[in-house]
Amino acid sequence: MGRKVLLDKAHIEGIRYYDVYRKNGGYAAVEKALKMDPAAVVEEVKKSGLRGRGGAGFPTGMKWSFIAKPEGVPRHLVCNADESEPGTFKDRYLMEFIPHLLIEGLIVSSWALGSNNTYIYIRGEYAWIVDILEQAITEAKNNGWLGKNIMNTGFDCEIHVQRGAGAYICGEETALIESLEGKRGNPRIKPPFPAVKGVWDRPTVVNNVETLAAVVPIINLGGEEYAKIGVGKSTGTKLISACGNIKKPGVYEIDMTISVEEFIYSDEYCGGIPNGKKLKACIPGGSSVPILPANLLLKTAKGEQRMMTYESLSDGGFATGSMMGSGGFIVFDEDQCVVRHTYTLARFYRHESCGQCSPCREGTGWMEKILKNIEYGSGKMSDIDLLWDIQRRIEGNTICPLGDAAAWPVAAAIRHFRDEFEWHVNNPEESQRRNYGLAHYADERQVVVG
Amino acid sequence: MAEEVKKEAPKLFKVTIDNITIEVPPGTSILNAARQIGGEVAPPAMCYYSKLQGSGGKCRTCLVEVAAGSTADPRPMPKLVASCRTNVMDGMIVKNITSEKVIDARNGVVEFLLLNHPLDCPICDQAGECHLQDLSYEHGKESTRYEFSRRTFEKHDLGPYIQLHMTRCILCYRCVFTADQISKKRVHGVLDRGDHAEIATYIEKSLDNDFIGNVIDVCPVGALTDKTFRFKNRVWFTKPVDAHRDCPKCSGKVQLWMRGKEVFRVTARKDEWGEVKDWICNDCRFEKKDTADWTIEGPSHVSRHSVISQGHYEKLEKPNETLVKVLDGRAPKLLMDIHSVSEVNKPTVKLSAIEGPAHSDDFNTAK
Repeated sequence: MGRKVLLDKAHIEGIRYYDVYRKNGGYAAVEKALKMDPAAVVEEVKKSGLRGRGGAGFPTGMKWSFIAKPEGVPRHLVCNADESEPGTFKDRYLMEFIPHLLIEGLIVSSWALGSNNTYIYIRGEYAWIVDILEQAITEAKNNGWLGKNIMNTGFDCEIHVQRGAGAYICGEETALIESLEGKRGNPRIKPPFPAVKGVWDRPTVVNNVETLAAVVPIINLGGEEYAKIGVGKSTGTKLISACGNIKKPGVYEIDMTISVEEFIYSDEYCGGIPNGKKLKACIPGGSSVPILPANLLLKTAKGEQRMMTYESLSDGGFATGSMMGSGGFIVFDEDQCVVRHTYTLARFYRHESCGQCSPCREGTGWMEKILKNIEYGSGKMSDIDLLWDIQRRIEGNTICPLGDAAAWPVAAAIRHFRDEFEWHVNNPEESQRRNYGLAHYADERQVVVG
Repeated sequence: MAEEVKKEAPKLFKVTIDNITIEVPPGTSILNAARQIGGEVAPPAMCYYSKLQGSGGKCRTCLVEVAAGSTADPRPMPKLVASCRTNVMDGMIVKNITSEKVIDARNGVVEFLLLNHPLDCPICDQAGECHLQDLSYEHGKESTRYEFSRRTFEKHDLGPYIQLHMTRCILCYRCVFTADQISKKRVHGVLDRGDHAEIATYIEKSLDNDFIGNVIDVCPVGALTDKTFRFKNRVWFTKPVDAHRDCPKCSGKVQLWMRGKEVFRVTARKDEWGEVKDWICNDCRFEKKDTADWTIEGPSHVSRHSVISQGHYEKLEKPNETLVKVLDGRAPKLLMDIHSVSEVNKPTVKLSAIEGPAHSDDFNTAK
């Protein structure tokens, strides 16, 4: 049984409301942190080794220490709740069931960063969660955790909830800032980084919901104690939103000591593949990270057991590895078609490209059209190489990571499942009737749970 | 002591671009440093416009490789960077045309830009002065790998003077920045996103502002065209001439595009990077189409690489007079100027008074 620090109280009846949350030890972190020096809070987060949970995995303490502190200029903390990555729904769970954990984390983080006006930018589709958060903010305010002069420390803090308008790109931090300012959500060109010029040109830190919530256990336990959870540089716990062909889809909190095999097959987590099917492939970190075939998923190229950690999942680089990403764990069984899946993702990225820079604007549309041709039986063999060439020219040449995110899934699908693409091209009629199946991707040693 | 330090010129940054080293003040972008070197070293730019704040970074044609970040931190940058939005550091080493990675990426960008471009140059008014055309000639391929139907849009009239041909647009955002920065209230912008994003006014409004005509000049392609010039002539048949007038609104310094005595089009003057020197007003641009409205200064300079230089003469060069040299410094006497020079021809002699054929003795009046 893995250790839980975020969702350990999520099952308690009424934890969404302040009274129950407070009775169960809520807001202890605020009480503790506001007696500390803000710099000491940042130091605790540094010691904890917490890494950003939004996808990139950048050390949070380091990010916080980068924030510019010019005299007389207000600083801001922005919580990125624009969780739009296909396959990722961990923040939704957290905000919906224990909203006060996020509010508490925000107050502590605002204290550490000196932000008097903190924003939650939430995706527009999470309309009902806005009400839940507003309710939690009102409760926190009524009980003196927000507003003027919190706990007589002289610290003022307000939390504002801002709804997005349905754009995936607004989850990119600079696009989020533009959107928050009321402009079109186009990513900004960096530098300057938000830590220097963010919201209204003021120093800003943008963090994911889970990252900010994780500040609460860090303060409660102490940074060093928190760092003991997990392995190596993957400290603490991570929320994984598992979906796809598994028996028990849902949000799981793992402590980054378990293996991928255990995560998929154990009854504590996903519970294995339903209907006696076999595992074919998996996207371990949300739609934009590379897809891995079963044989490379369970064991690394070196033959080691692949663990659910930042390092182990990215072992082997993009050639034989993937990324932890945002924790959107999508499992495919033998009945799934990789070409169709890649086409679906390409369609998503085409739709969500902001259209600002040319490689992403034009390239995503082109890839989608080619993949559509292959999927619907009118593809050519040269299209596969063309796709490879297009993704290569998008990756790294765009303003923001959306270009990379659109290129990686296509690259990985061709890298690992090229024969499936070729089969689609060679058997246009048959590919409309049945799926390619398992082929050689399956892990021979895997346990088939009936 | 402190004052003395202030007086010193700010320390210049040494930057090496394609093995050529120059010194530029801090805060200069790689692109502008490269433009100071000039020639092929300067990366092409489709969206960057030095006169427009915040422009650049979008088209990705100016990508360069930074082989060394600075003297203090000589690590190379992991990705290619947009040279228009990256400032130089002291000791930076940049590779533009000497980097295969850059050339490959640029070819890719040109392919992407042309993917949905109609390539209707034969009927496009911008042909001949189109930046995308130049870029495609330099970096494009002879054929396309794109096998799908291209994105098209309806043409829109934006008021009485400007037509928007969105199909040709490459979404450089220059016109949006122009309207933002030189007019009081911008009424157009980018609607929608991705490859279906378009430049549009908010519900079919017309662009009416005294300076809005400048969006035509900043447009690198033929998406925004001058309705008073559309289909009137090809630019390389017209002759650009510098002219000015007393304009109460703008500097009045323009370029007239003439054929014979007729003014076909008025634009702002542009520098060698194709950027407008002075913004001009709509009156000058659209209303003053008579030669009499203008004081003509002379033919404008046209780069010899431009198709417009065909049949365009900036000045007549007379051959050097070498006669004086040959005659050891004596000025030649013009034989035909008989009234003043010739000894034979004396105005005092009345030719009609001579009977019969004249003889040299008749002119020898001294006798």
